[in-house]
Amino acid sequence: MPITPEEIRHLASLSRLKIDEDDVEAYAKDLDAIVGYVDKLRELDTEGVPEMAHVEDLANSPREDVVEGCDQATRDAMLSAFPRREGDLLAVNAVFVDRTD
Amino acid sequence: MGATDMTLREAAARMAAGERSSEELVRTSLGRIAAVNEKVNAVLEVDSHAIDAARDIDRRRKEGEELGPLAGIPVAVKDNILVRGWRASAGSRILETHTAAYDATVIARLREAGAIPVARTNMDEFAMGSSTESSHFGPTRNPWDLDRVPGGSSGGSAAAVASGMVSVALGSDTGGSVRQPASLCGVVGLKPTYGRVSRYGLIALASSLDQVGPFARTVEDAAILMRAIEGEDPRDATTVGPLETYVPELDQPSVKGLRIGLPKEYFVEGMDPRVKAGVMDAVRAMEAAGATAEEVSLPHARYALATYYLVMPAEASSNLARFDGIRYGYSAGTPSLRETYEMSRGEGFGEEAKRRIMLGAHVLSKGYAEAYYRQALKARTLIRRDFDEAFKTVDVIATPTSPCAAWRMGEKSADPLTMYLADIYTISANLAGIPALSLPCGFSDGLPIGLQLMGRPFSEATLFRAGMTYQSLTTWHTLTPTL
Repeated sequence: MPITPEEIRHLASLSRLKIDEDDVEAYAKDLDAIVGYVDKLRELDTEGVPEMAHVEDLANSPREDVVEGCDQATRDAMLSAFPRREGDLLAVNAVFVDRTD
Repeated sequence: MGATDMTLREAAARMAAGERSSEELVRTSLGRIAAVNEKVNAVLEVDSHAIDAARDIDRRRKEGEELGPLAGIPVAVKDNILVRGWRASAGSRILETHTAAYDATVIARLREAGAIPVARTNMDEFAMGSSTESSHFGPTRNPWDLDRVPGGSSGGSAAAVASGMVSVALGSDTGGSVRQPASLCGVVGLKPTYGRVSRYGLIALASSLDQVGPFARTVEDAAILMRAIEGEDPRDATTVGPLETYVPELDQPSVKGLRIGLPKEYFVEGMDPRVKAGVMDAVRAMEAAGATAEEVSLPHARYALATYYLVMPAEASSNLARFDGIRYGYSAGTPSLRETYEMSRGEGFGEEAKRRIMLGAHVLSKGYAEAYYRQALKARTLIRRDFDEAFKTVDVIATPTSPCAAWRMGEKSADPLTMYLADIYTISANLAGIPALSLPCGFSDGLPIGLQLMGRPFSEATLFRAGMTYQSLTTWHTLTPTL
């Protein structure tokens, strides 16, 4: 199924990406070509083949749940990376304002 | 002799003998960057504190202190690896002003070994690309021909080593991003076995594929750098250990009895005949030194690129969800939460990042996940089985690293799919999790060609031995571009 401009608008919305309306056609064309290429995988017989989620033979890698904390300088550096803050708190937009969302 | 004309072993010996100081090495490195970076744009920023760090090493050496194996050696670092206090922008506008709050494990280990991070190198945005043209900070140019690309995504690190700014550098490789630029710039690059090197502090692209790897002029230097950065790390649960570490100084490398496999599926149409000739010459050189070569088959190789372009965007779209304009990085700062997400990401990400995020969302969406993503995970199993089968009869697999030498800037940027095909020989190693080394093996019209050697999981020592032997028989790695 071809990737239409409508599908691009949908994917951009799902991905929370604002894209220019002028670029929609080009993205549709590019993604359609890529999906057309990867489509060749469908011809591959994978009956009974397990999925590889991980290349190593590791399942889980549990460890003790211990808080290590971090030094003050690292903490300050992380706080100063916040785009907006109030004291040591990260400022975030109100989640329930966009009632039409 | 300049800072980067010496191998690590020579530099260590000269510093130990008091003939050279770390300060001289760092000054030479910074001087070379100042002299040629305007042309190459390999380096985004240098660390002015590096000289102080070098003086400190020199002082400690004079006081007789036992220093690490890389004491006083300048190292360049790709812009997606965190160095405390440095910008870490991953070539993107969205992280343009982001400062790393801590050292990546590989950086902490380099420091422990005494190395001095001196420069942050350019890269394709979020390591998405094969030409370093998608960097928000302008493209890097190939030191062998400034009108051509250096490869990518670690094009800055490759060009920095090729142009003599540093003798060693770090990059990251998700589908060929260390090996392919190493090949196009005529230097050595290694993609280690998945699980060998910690990714703690690496800005993630596709977590089931990403590995940090070294760049160097010689295979021995790459091995020495690897020894410093590899090993189990509690902060990256995919790392394994303890490892059998390769110590080139204690070895006399040889290829006697080494069985080299040539995959028949790779040596077909699409490969530049001059690239093929360079690789076959390299194989013959190793045969003359006692190796044997035979044909092997990797029947699912033709599905590797398609598999990669399903797995990688799926993981990338998830990994890049963390850039939301809220916690760090560029924020459009609108009154609405949804608009803050959309505007920050829309204005912060470049075209290729947006393309791959949307592609990932597509292949993971309801109705498509089964047909695409899960099919790709099964194909990945088949690709790995091909290698397991081939490695029953051979020790290494030799291929070109890239199907062609460096192309002209802009030549492939209009068509993403054409660009993706540049990684056709490198991606299988990431999908299978196996180690792969690229090293210079000749020239085509004045542009370097790379030989790729792939090995069994955790067989880096075999690749290093083969590569060191090859470099002892040839001089390609000693040639440098004129800038």
